Amino acid sequence: MIVGIDMGGTNIDGVIIEDGRIVKSIKKPTDRDNPFAAIYSTLKELLVDCDKSKIERINLSTTVSTNAIVENKTAPVGMIIQSGPGMTYDHLACGQENAFIKGYIDHRGNVVEELDISEIEDMAEKFTKEGIKACGIVTKFSTRNPQQEIYIRDILGDRFNTVTMGHTMSGKLNFPRRVYTSYLNCAVHSTFNDFAVNIKRALEKEGIDAPIFILKADGGTMTINSAEEKPVETILSGPAASFMGINALLPSDKDAILLDIGGTTTDIFFLADGIPLFEPLGIKIREYNTLVRSIYSLSVGLGGDSSIDIIDSNISIGPKREGKPYAFGGPKPTPTDAMITLELISYNEKHKDRANESMAELGEKLDLSVEETANLILETMGKMIKDKVDELLEEINSHPVYTIKELLYGKKLEPKLINVIGGPAKILAPILEKTLDLPCNYPSNYLVANAVGAALARPTMEITMHVDTSKKVLSVPELELYEKVSSRFNLEMAKEKALSLVRENAKSIGITSGNVDAEITEESSFNMVKGFYTSGKDIRVKAQIKPGLIEELRGDINA
Amino acid sequence: MLKAKNKLGLVFFPAFDWAISSTHPEREERLLYTQDQLFEEGIGDVEGIEFFNPAIANEKDIKRVHFCVPDVKSRVTQSHLISAGGVIKSLQMVMDKKVDKSFALTRPPGHHAQRVVYGDRGFCIVNMEAVAIEKIRQEYGNLRVAIIDTDCHHGDGTQDIYWNDKDTLLISFHQDGRTLYPGTGSIDEFGGPGGYGYNINIPLPPGTGEEGFLYVLDNIVMPILDDYKPDLIINSAGQDNHYTDPLTNMNFTAQGYAVLNHRLNPDVAVLEGGYSIEGALPYVNLGIILAMAGMDYSKVHEPDYDREKLKQSKDITEYIKKISNNVYSRWENRENLYIKDIKGMEYIQEQRQVYYDTDGIMESQVQNFKVCKKCSGVNTIDSRSDRRHHIFAITIPRDACSSCIDEGYKLYKNTANKYTNVYLQDRLNDEFLAK
Repeated sequence: MIVGIDMGGTNIDGVIIEDGRIVKSIKKPTDRDNPFAAIYSTLKELLVDCDKSKIERINLSTTVSTNAIVENKTAPVGMIIQSGPGMTYDHLACGQENAFIKGYIDHRGNVVEELDISEIEDMAEKFTKEGIKACGIVTKFSTRNPQQEIYIRDILGDRFNTVTMGHTMSGKLNFPRRVYTSYLNCAVHSTFNDFAVNIKRALEKEGIDAPIFILKADGGTMTINSAEEKPVETILSGPAASFMGINALLPSDKDAILLDIGGTTTDIFFLADGIPLFEPLGIKIREYNTLVRSIYSLSVGLGGDSSIDIIDSNISIGPKREGKPYAFGGPKPTPTDAMITLELISYNEKHKDRANESMAELGEKLDLSVEETANLILETMGKMIKDKVDELLEEINSHPVYTIKELLYGKKLEPKLINVIGGPAKILAPILEKTLDLPCNYPSNYLVANAVGAALARPTMEITMHVDTSKKVLSVPELELYEKVSSRFNLEMAKEKALSLVRENAKSIGITSGNVDAEITEESSFNMVKGFYTSGKDIRVKAQIKPGLIEELRGDINA
Repeated sequence: MLKAKNKLGLVFFPAFDWAISSTHPEREERLLYTQDQLFEEGIGDVEGIEFFNPAIANEKDIKRVHFCVPDVKSRVTQSHLISAGGVIKSLQMVMDKKVDKSFALTRPPGHHAQRVVYGDRGFCIVNMEAVAIEKIRQEYGNLRVAIIDTDCHHGDGTQDIYWNDKDTLLISFHQDGRTLYPGTGSIDEFGGPGGYGYNINIPLPPGTGEEGFLYVLDNIVMPILDDYKPDLIINSAGQDNHYTDPLTNMNFTAQGYAVLNHRLNPDVAVLEGGYSIEGALPYVNLGIILAMAGMDYSKVHEPDYDREKLKQSKDITEYIKKISNNVYSRWENRENLYIKDIKGMEYIQEQRQVYYDTDGIMESQVQNFKVCKKCSGVNTIDSRSDRRHHIFAITIPRDACSSCIDEGYKLYKNTANKYTNVYLQDRLNDEFLAK
């Protein structure tokens, strides 16, 4: 038995899934000020009359960290940043205090300039005097050589409640993003940890000893204990829950467009051969670009309740929602009103009269009948989605590549179908099918799709391996692994090692049974030449456990 | 978020799966550390800097510039078409105003590739800039283009291609040919009759540093550009003047390259040579990118940068001043020099040997330029290689007059039987024949 909870902006959804069937579901309003209480009461209600000993896992998608960042309710952070020569980085200052320190590591991981210990001592003292309890340490190229970050942490000792070192956040190269990611990790640390402690305590009180997993933005989960270490990974998991929900309700192994059409917005995602398309580096939250791996998603202000205006004799929908649909007493006509006029959704006479009234008003300006206007609105909505999808596809398919092989024969994303969920999904499906000229599927029941997605999401991980055989060093920053290798180490050995590292660590991320679905996602090996002789190899490998479903849903949802 | 003052397009194509040979300087690893540096700096997140994939050049694009012997297919690889395509893309983006400036970081390089191509010389087979410029001229009309070649080696390929073309000004500053490959690039190489004075060489002594390069820039290049008023400025941005380059003997720096690009303010920069792939390229490329984007590059420098140690000697400074004066006065005097050296002649014949160092081929050729009052003049190349080719190649220039066109086609029709291959390049009608 799996329990899935998705905490969204308006609602909390909960489901219990047993043997691939949804046996119970629940929807309650969110309490933004007390997320723990909201989740706890949802859980309690969901688990009434339920054999708690049968719960295998509880998967949670929570907005705790996201809200803290968005609402600026994070803890003060002291940042120790070493930028070395290169671009100027004053704009990187984030958090309450920033210290730009001496020292410098180059792109090969060589220490060019040592740290100034007294400078760090002074900073630490200043931070603690100001009551700062979280400290982030980021040096440029720390993923190539974390020595100075580790040294600084050792100097700080136990002066802070939490210390984040940049290289532990990601193995990818991007110094500014590493700074922001480390900063956010520190900033939400206490908020998330308070939440985690409460959840753990509450479940204990309920007599539930199932493992708890937290949903990440990449559509995978992590254990609540790793989330306490890296709370930044829990941000923006909402779209990932909805993405996984679409996949659970409408499985596909093809290139596909996934849409979640709601009242205010439409979220767009893509599948490539059934595998989610990721953001190339990481997700952006507020003004911060991060290295937090995330599913590629784009939200456009276009939904059932988006307000409609006539601009230059054309119908313009969204991006704003100015209230309820006109039929229900709102200020502006909306696509929902068009649907009521066309009798595509249930209504009563009073609502229908108001909907017709709003269509008539628009129709007058366009010289169209009430029905014609309503149809044109839905067609326009389909067209707007198509235009956005086309624009995104062009952008995705022109992403930079670095080898001749990829440029000439690289995979292009060519969607073969559309899977859509959300309120207007059923009504818009035939329109999208026509506009995009692709088969369009929708599930008969989508109401708790996000909770289903959260429930069925399985653990994921990604590692970045770099081997320099002339220095005889192998590194995997995500695992804080830095070890010696033989000068004869090669690409095949690196790939094997990466896969075995992923498998070894599968247990720690909560994969306890079955095969670990580890795969290599990138690989390269370069001869390094000094003078006219080969001095070694520069090997780069990325491996992952990709997002997927713990089990397939059987049949349709019957809540 | 950081914002670029100038919108900059980067065509970064390191061709990680192509090398001349596994230990050759022009190998897969060449732009690896540059990529690391650019990625770690977060260049792709700067608002206004955007990465683009190269276009792919086609056979006709190559024929517009080169006589490949025996043909394009057998001389030019996919990697060359992509590298040239990268420069085409860079120029197109600027012409279409999608970006303010662009930088093609593509490989292999091209500035040693001449009109006749038997094989690879100086790691070059296709002249990337020339192929791109000629394509752009077909699409956007006959622009005046200035190429500033800052590679340490003389841009002899570009010189050969634009020798007779006054609409393409070439200024190459490089380590003196008496001390470095390819050996050419002296001040008196001044252009053919159709472009006399528009081929400018500034040979610099070994040991030239920031001061010398910037002196040449400020005192020769910029004033000449002010006179010439080009529609487009292209920096043929070789990076082997760097003090750590293994193949050369200069003392230029990442700071210096950045300042140079800031002051030169090119529309497009194109990577040429530069083989200090760890110690120079990551920093030089970063410096050029920041300078072109109009951003602060003052903190860009190499790990072992020592300004005092890299200072050029007084002798060098004096020598460079002397050369600069000489070059600039020849530019100012170019019309008189034309009257003295060329006027009254009907044809100008030039004979020379060309060595293809990478492929070990020896070529001897005779170029023949018609001195025409109405146009740049039809011209021909009679060339023989030690691989038993003997070719005859005719070029009808873009601005050809009717009699030069007739003469070109007549020459093509009535070629002697002794040649293994005959080529006609009709640049006016964009037609290319071979037999």
